Amino acid sequence: MRNLITRVLAAAAGLLLGLPWASAPARAAIEVDIVQGHLNPLPFAAPDFIGTDGPSQQLGRDLARVIRADLERSALFRPVDPAAYIQQFGSVNDTPRFADWQVLNAQALVVGQANIQADGRMRVEFRLYDVSAGQEIEGVGQQFAATPDNWRRIAHKISDALYERLTGEKGYFDTRIVFVDERGSKTNRVKRLAIMDQDGANTNFLTGGDALVLTPRFSPTAQQITYLSFAFGMPRVFLFSIDTNRQEVLGEFPGLTFAPRFSPDGGSVVFTLEVNGNSEIYRMDLRTRERQRLTNHPAIDTSPSFSPDGSQIVFTSDRGGSPQLYVMEASGANPKRISFGQGRYTTPVWSPRGDLIAFTRQASGRFGVGVVRPDGSGERILSDAYLDEGPTWSPNGRVIMFFRQFTVSDEPNLWSVDLTGQNLRKISTPGDASDPAWSPILP
Amino acid sequence: MRNVAQIATAFAALAAVAACATKPAPVVAPQAPVVAPPPRAPAPPPAPIRQGPTPGSIEDFQRNAGDRVYFDYDQYDLSSESRAGLDKQAAWLQRYPSARILIAGNADERGTREYNLALGARRSAAVRSYLVAQGVSAGRITTTSYGKERPIDTRASEDGWARNRNAHTEITSGAVVG
Repeated sequence: MRNLITRVLAAAAGLLLGLPWASAPARAAIEVDIVQGHLNPLPFAAPDFIGTDGPSQQLGRDLARVIRADLERSALFRPVDPAAYIQQFGSVNDTPRFADWQVLNAQALVVGQANIQADGRMRVEFRLYDVSAGQEIEGVGQQFAATPDNWRRIAHKISDALYERLTGEKGYFDTRIVFVDERGSKTNRVKRLAIMDQDGANTNFLTGGDALVLTPRFSPTAQQITYLSFAFGMPRVFLFSIDTNRQEVLGEFPGLTFAPRFSPDGGSVVFTLEVNGNSEIYRMDLRTRERQRLTNHPAIDTSPSFSPDGSQIVFTSDRGGSPQLYVMEASGANPKRISFGQGRYTTPVWSPRGDLIAFTRQASGRFGVGVVRPDGSGERILSDAYLDEGPTWSPNGRVIMFFRQFTVSDEPNLWSVDLTGQNLRKISTPGDASDPAWSPILP
Repeated sequence: MRNVAQIATAFAALAAVAACATKPAPVVAPQAPVVAPPPRAPAPPPAPIRQGPTPGSIEDFQRNAGDRVYFDYDQYDLSSESRAGLDKQAAWLQRYPSARILIAGNADERGTREYNLALGARRSAAVRSYLVAQGVSAGRITTTSYGKERPIDTRASEDGWARNRNAHTEITSGAVVG
C-alpha cells in the first residue's frame, strides 16, 4: 500500500513539474506517466466481468469491453489480448494467480462481477490488483447499483476510478459531448444539435434541423447547454435544458447575439452582442437577467471564455489589426494581448485546470489547434490540417477535442488529441459533425 | 534591273485584274470553314405582354439592381465596384419605397465560425450605412450575418472564396408580385 501511495504522489509531482516519469522512484511497480504514458502504455488485463446467469454474463462482457476500450483510447493503457488470459474467475472474491498474469506482462488486473437482482436492478463490483506486487490495490473497488439500461455509465465510472487510481488524475470517461450534426450539401446544410457519450455511443438529437444551430457549450454545473440558433432568423443565443428539452432565448437585444459560454459557477453567460456592425462582449446574469458590457472598442471582440476561477476572461479581438487572443479581468478591465506568433488566433477556451488556453491558429493557409499559457508563454501547436477548429477540453484538462476537415473536399468530423500532441483519434459520429463541447463529469 | 522586273510583274497583275473586270470569272463562293449552327433555343412560349421581369418585383431587383456585393479577404470596406452596385440598389429602392430589405453579411471559410459571424455583421452594416447615405430609409433595412454558414460557391479556391465574401440584399416584403 505504501508503494502505491508513493507512486500516486510521484505521478502528481511529475505532472506539476512537467517531468517525464523517469524521475519517479525506481520502486514503483505500476506507474502511469500521464505526460509520456503514450510512449509506454501500461499493460492491463480486464477479463469479462463474472455473471451467474445468461443476462448477467452478457452484462459482464459488455462492461469489460467498454472499460478496456475507454482505457485503451486514453493511450496511457494497453489491454492484453483477452484471448491470452489463462485464469478463469468464478467469483470476484477469488484470489488471482498472479503468475498467470505476470506471464502475460499484465501489470494491472481488474476483476469484476455483475449480477441482475430479483428486483431487476444490476449490482456491479470490481477489484484492482497490482500484478507485479501480487496484491490488491485497495480503496478503488466500489459497488454500483443501477438499472441495467445504465450499464454504459457504470462501465465509464469504473474506467474513471481505475484511471484516477493509476494516474493520480481525475478521469473523463463518464462524460458526454454535445455537437452539431451536419447533413446535406455545402450550400444547403442541415445542422442539428446532438449529444452523445464521450466514446461516441448513445447519440441523441436535441433539435430538429429546421433552424441552423451552432456552437453549443455545456453548463459546468447543470444539465444545460447554451448555443446559437437562427430559429428567429437572426443569430440569437439560446439556452437548452437537457432534462426537459426546453429551449429559451437569452433575452431581447438590439442586435445579433452569438459566441456564448457559461461562467464557471453556471450562473451567467458571456457572449457577443453586435450593434451597427460592432461586436462587443457582454455578460448576463441568468437569475436577475442583468446585463453588463465588458468590452468597449470599435474592433471585433468575440469568443469570450472564463478562467476556471472566474477571475479572468480570454477573448478574440482584431483591435491590433488581425484576430488575436486577449485576456482581461472578469469586469472587462486591463485587456492584454497574449498571442504573438505568426498567424490569426481565434476560439480561445480556458482549460478546466486553469493552466492553459486552447485556441485555433490560422497560418499559411492552414488551421491548427494549439495551447498557450494565460501569460502568452509556451505556445504549442497540437494539430494541423486544411481546417482544424473549435477546441474543447476534457474535464481533467488532458484531452482536446475539435473538428477537422482534412482536405478542401473533406466533410467535417470530430477528432481528439492529447495535450502532448499525441494520440490523435477520430471520434465516430452518425453523420458529419462539428463544434464539439465536452461536458463536465456527470453528476 | 530588279526594279524593272518588279514593275513588269506589277503590270502583268494589273492586266489580269483588267481582264477580270471585263470578263467576269465564274462565281465561286468563298470556302468558309464549316461551323455548326448555334443550337436553337426551344420555341419561345407565347410572347408575354412585356419583356423581362415585372418592374418592382423581386426578380426585377435581382436582375436589374443586383442583390450581392463582394469584399476582400477579412475586409468590410466597399470597393468602387461594390458602391456602383449599391447605387443601383439604392435607386431601385427609392423607386419602390414600400420594399423592405434584409442585408446578410457572408464570409468565406478561411476563418473560424464566431469571428466570421462578427465579420459578416460588419459587412452588412457597411452596406446598410451606404444605402442610408444614398437616401434609403433606415427603417426599411434589417441586417444579419451568416458568417461562413451560407456559401454560394463550393469551390475551395480563391475564386470560390471571393464569391462567398459578400453582402446579400433580400427583398423581404413590399415587392410588386410578378
